[in-house]
Amino acid sequence: MLNLSDLVCRRDERQLFAPLSLHAEAGDCIELRGPNGAGKTTLLRTLAGLHSQFDGAFACAEFLFQGHRMGLDELMTPIENLRWYGDLEGVRLDDAALREAIGRVAMARAAFNLCQRLSQGQQRRVCMARWLLSSASTWLLDEPYTSLDADGQQLLNELLQLHCDKGGIVLAATHTPLRISNSRVLEIEPAGEDAR
Amino acid sequence: MGLKEFWHKLGSPRWFYQISLPWVVGFGLAALVLLAVGFVWALAFAPPDYQQGNSFRIMYVHVPAAMAAQSLYIGMGVAGFVLFVWRMKLADVFITACLPFGMLLTALALFSGGVWGRPTWGTWWEWDGRTVSTLVLLFLYIGIYALREAIVDTELRGRASALVAMVGTINIPVIKYSVEWWHTLHQPASFTLTEKPSMPPEMWLPLLVMVIGMYCFAAHNVLSRMRMEIIERESGTQWVRALVSGQRAAG
Amino acid sequence: MNLTGLLSREWRALVRNRGAVLNPMAFLFLAVMLFAVGSPVSDNETARYGGAMLWLIVLLTNMLSLDSLFRRDFDNGVLEQVLSTAQAPFMVVLIRVLVQWLGTGLLITLLAPLLCLLLGLPSEAIFTSMLALLLGTPALSLLGAVGAAMTVGFSRGGILLGLLVLPLFLPVLVFGASAINQAVLHMDATAPLAWLAFISMLALSVGPLAATLGLKISLQLQ
Repeated sequence: MLNLSDLVCRRDERQLFAPLSLHAEAGDCIELRGPNGAGKTTLLRTLAGLHSQFDGAFACAEFLFQGHRMGLDELMTPIENLRWYGDLEGVRLDDAALREAIGRVAMARAAFNLCQRLSQGQQRRVCMARWLLSSASTWLLDEPYTSLDADGQQLLNELLQLHCDKGGIVLAATHTPLRISNSRVLEIEPAGEDAR
Repeated sequence: MGLKEFWHKLGSPRWFYQISLPWVVGFGLAALVLLAVGFVWALAFAPPDYQQGNSFRIMYVHVPAAMAAQSLYIGMGVAGFVLFVWRMKLADVFITACLPFGMLLTALALFSGGVWGRPTWGTWWEWDGRTVSTLVLLFLYIGIYALREAIVDTELRGRASALVAMVGTINIPVIKYSVEWWHTLHQPASFTLTEKPSMPPEMWLPLLVMVIGMYCFAAHNVLSRMRMEIIERESGTQWVRALVSGQRAAG
Repeated sequence: MNLTGLLSREWRALVRNRGAVLNPMAFLFLAVMLFAVGSPVSDNETARYGGAMLWLIVLLTNMLSLDSLFRRDFDNGVLEQVLSTAQAPFMVVLIRVLVQWLGTGLLITLLAPLLCLLLGLPSEAIFTSMLALLLGTPALSLLGAVGAAMTVGFSRGGILLGLLVLPLFLPVLVFGASAINQAVLHMDATAPLAWLAFISMLALSVGPLAATLGLKISLQLQ
């Protein structure tokens, strides 16, 4: 579930952009577009509950957030990280589900290495495995194409398509257009001169 | 005006600015009168202490300064709570305003405590309950100050200061008691603040006057700083611009 | 939320990052050695000052350990996941502080007999020292966590951490040293021990909550 009602994020008592409104239905895939520094990251973080300065209202439930930082403990293996995410969400993960998710993102060979030995692209794939295992219906993604090679980008598109087809919602800040059917764009416009 | 309405109105810095001028003037005058009277009374008319002679008169500066400094910190703690629960901007303005004067008062309390110690015990500095307590208070103030210097974002800075002020305030009674405890173990025979009841009225009346005078001075200082802070923070808004241009036209 | 899962993760992190525990412990013994060697106190007087010195060293060791309490998770993005997605971020913070205490406070408590010996404290004081450390070190971890939470966003937050946290540590130092001194003088140490327990309880009720709020603030600093 994702609704925005005249939402404006603030930073240092300044409004970052013009008020945004959005009503997302199940199956919606929304691209968040705007120039650098417009506030895309801040908006996603606000929806994820990490940024507390805003005007207006929003409702965002059952979400998962993928920011610029990986969110993986470098001293744990991918499997351990995924189990930990399960513990965090209160979801019981059995081995079969884990293996399937790892296999889907093509990380089976490296599944038992410490994450600090994995490349950025490989870590991104582990993050995608996490999305697969999560019970969240709304995905808040900040620049999901970062560090992904061509195969990785293909994988990302497949996962996003799958999630939306199953009735989930995706809100992704991206400079590269998402190649998903049924996607629409939410444009962030800079705030006016007198915005306070 | 009921309490609820008053609380609601405090959400508007502009309203506060408009009603606070008479209070600033009032507290200022009261402070001037009380401190002048108290000072003269304390120095000239109160009887000398049978043990310490005339040097104990520095108490008339030290005690009010220390009490006011501590009250200001607790005030910051309470304002911090208000900031977190009601998100009132004025609470952060209050905390910003209390900080400089609070630090000044604490330093004054420390200095006067030292001056008191010199003729009484022969040292500029004595690690007793009172001095340690005051020194810790100074560090509590400096902690908030340093934290504020490190955060640029106004709203985050306010929340961070509020949090630290609250935690510090909760710890103040614990710190005070622990230091008193340690002090009584090490130096059972010193003049302490808590011996007030044994002071005759000729001694504690001028002290009371000085204390109230100091509190009025603190209130005057804090309120006027709050007004300045409000002008600075709201400098882009209509009402401030009108105010400033109106003053320019008049002056 | 699966608490055992979280605990086992913390344990694994501890085991794979042994430096986080061993470095402060190395500092502990180094400091004890420096104090013992450099102290102008004569041998038959050490019992008087040993309590205060022990607690002083414990305070400083804790400060070292606290600096890294949240830093790794802040840098790698795990912290923001905890604070946005977890059902009860407060519990995660509490468990983190618990494990930090296991690696500092509890460890120091178990090493107390050795430390007392090195600092010249008589054997009568050992039991009380252990009790005092057991009751007082939780307060250090819990209150320290607040300082750690507020400064994790700064690259050189170490000094600020000390500034924020040492005034809060002072009562623990006072009552802790007092308890040991009472024991050395063969007097009843119940009062300072009770105070240590009280302070730890107070820290338990205030600390994790304040630390969680502090982390939320620190995560917004860029």
